[in-house]
Amino acid sequence: MKAAVILLPGLNRDRDMIAALTKISGRAPQTVWQTETSIDDDVDLIVIPGGFSYGDYLRCGAIAARMPVMRAVKEKAEQGTRVIGVCNGFQILVEAGMLPGALMRNASLKFVCREVRLEVANAETAFTSGYTTGQIIRCPVAHHDGNYFADPDTLAGIEASGQVAFRYTADTNPNGSVNNIAGIVNSAGNVLGMMPHPENLIEAAHGGADGRALFEAALGLVDA
Amino acid sequence: MIKARVTVTLKSGVLDPQGKAIEHALDGLGFSGVGQVRQGKVFDIALETSDPAKAEAELRDMAARLLANTVIEDFSVEVL
Repeated sequence: MKAAVILLPGLNRDRDMIAALTKISGRAPQTVWQTETSIDDDVDLIVIPGGFSYGDYLRCGAIAARMPVMRAVKEKAEQGTRVIGVCNGFQILVEAGMLPGALMRNASLKFVCREVRLEVANAETAFTSGYTTGQIIRCPVAHHDGNYFADPDTLAGIEASGQVAFRYTADTNPNGSVNNIAGIVNSAGNVLGMMPHPENLIEAAHGGADGRALFEAALGLVDA
Repeated sequence: MIKARVTVTLKSGVLDPQGKAIEHALDGLGFSGVGQVRQGKVFDIALETSDPAKAEAELRDMAARLLANTVIEDFSVEVL
């Protein structure tokens, strides 16, 4: 499978993401700059990395979500291409209307940079099939605006349809997210947004490889 | 030229931790009668049109599509 990484001014986790995808898939991902209007036909996985696109001006991810490349990402997603947004990437996907809800300022008002524990809330998604439901994995977080919010009806809907992919364990929720939500998929199941950084825990040198199975699944390297 | 102001505020029911922090800071300054603070944003926009109705329609579109995130925010438009 071929991956593409979206590049925007102010992102800073793109190199980590490119390194992780290259190591796991065995080939370097295509990189796509924000002004490009098309993504190669043979790309099966699009990743929007973390950082501070457009300096978090207006709202985190708001400006990035309206750049030309996002129209191409939306089109590919509608055709079934898998999309992962991590951290700022998650914020961009909710701002683009590709995932429900919003990401607000952390309840503590502090930037949090630490390791959390995630419960795999649904192992039946295209991104979590390398885990088992209920499995607890380690993952780092680093963000100021990761407090997931959705109105009660939307929340009930995503809970009922199994769209919550990852939850923080109750004792490690770093931002006050409703229902401890750390990552969700869209209703079609091919778009994942998550605040934690699985790309930073994929090999022994990182101190663990708990995030690796996510990319293996997304890249079709795991039997679902 | 038309000047306008778009005000964006959090919907009621959406927690506003920043407003809360400001509330506590005001209390610390001795303003003891502060009931609640909600933080919002103001955009002053100059438009080249001279048609107020057209300006307002365009500003509403701008607010809905970019200035506000209508999942969590409401907006109002005022042509000055």
